[in-house]
Amino acid sequence: MALLSPLGIILPEKFGAEDAWGEWGLDTLEKLLGYLPEGLKKTADIWAAPIPDYTFGGDGALLPVKILSYIVSGIIGIILASVVMIIIAKYLFKNEK
Amino acid sequence: MHIPDGYLSPQTYIPLYGVSMAFWGIALKKIKKEVSAKQIPYLAMAAAFSFLIQMFNIPIPGGTTGHAVGAGIIALLLGPWTAVIAVSVVLIIQAFVFGDGGITAIGANCFNMAIIMPFVAFWTFNVIKGPSQSGPRFITAAFLSGYIGLTAAALSAAFMFGIQPVIASGPDGRPLYAPYPLSIAIPAMAIEHLLLFSIVEGVVTVMLIRYFLKHESTIMYSMREVSSEKV
Repeated sequence: MALLSPLGIILPEKFGAEDAWGEWGLDTLEKLLGYLPEGLKKTADIWAAPIPDYTFGGDGALLPVKILSYIVSGIIGIILASVVMIIIAKYLFKNEK
Repeated sequence: MHIPDGYLSPQTYIPLYGVSMAFWGIALKKIKKEVSAKQIPYLAMAAAFSFLIQMFNIPIPGGTTGHAVGAGIIALLLGPWTAVIAVSVVLIIQAFVFGDGGITAIGANCFNMAIIMPFVAFWTFNVIKGPSQSGPRFITAAFLSGYIGLTAAALSAAFMFGIQPVIASGPDGRPLYAPYPLSIAIPAMAIEHLLLFSIVEGVVTVMLIRYFLKHESTIMYSMREVSSEKV
């Protein structure tokens, strides 16, 4: 499934679909509104994610780079999610015994 | 529907953090009671599955994208409380590592996708399914649990977006955070989910529940309850 996941970026690219409703970046929003809401501007960049948008090359990256990083992100995500769940579960059941 | 940083005002996201944390606390206690240590691999699989399915962005040509969440099927298979934790873990990882959904909005996003969604899905399933354990009524229940579950989550997110202009505007009357009122946010989120994303969620729910019914029906939380009621 992780190998198929690039469909999640290829298809939107093909259809010219943009960001999800309510998930626009600052520049897109400014274009839509003509201004940037004050509070939004202040908090929007509060956190710099290590792999923003599941891509290593930034917004301008070529499609193959995006595809590859999407697969890698998928694998990282699966591993992280599983490990965290196992840690939580182990912790829960250890206390029980 | 991962709400990014900056779209919700503090008076929205701080209480939602509180609500989500309360649910996490209850969920952890419930899991301890209801889930056996043997099921730990399933818990990990559930989280991994939810992460993956959210990567499949489905485009609306020329418009926006969206995706299924998988919280409904996790609630049916492993129980709504397990879904609360599994999907929350995924959402937190998405926020911190991938910048998908804001750090300040983790409480809000967990509330929508990891609390509203699994419980609505679970209740929908049980109400519609009734006593049936297979057949068209059962399948309809599974479809609608995913369909209504995701739609409910989307509406909740839309409501959060939509109330921002009302509760937080600058002195010049311009909104400080998410700029669109309820009259725009609700239809935008409702239509795209009702017509596309929620259908996908429903189909995924049906496919998976059929698989598990056939091959591993013993792990199924929603079925277990039925059989224990009979005894």
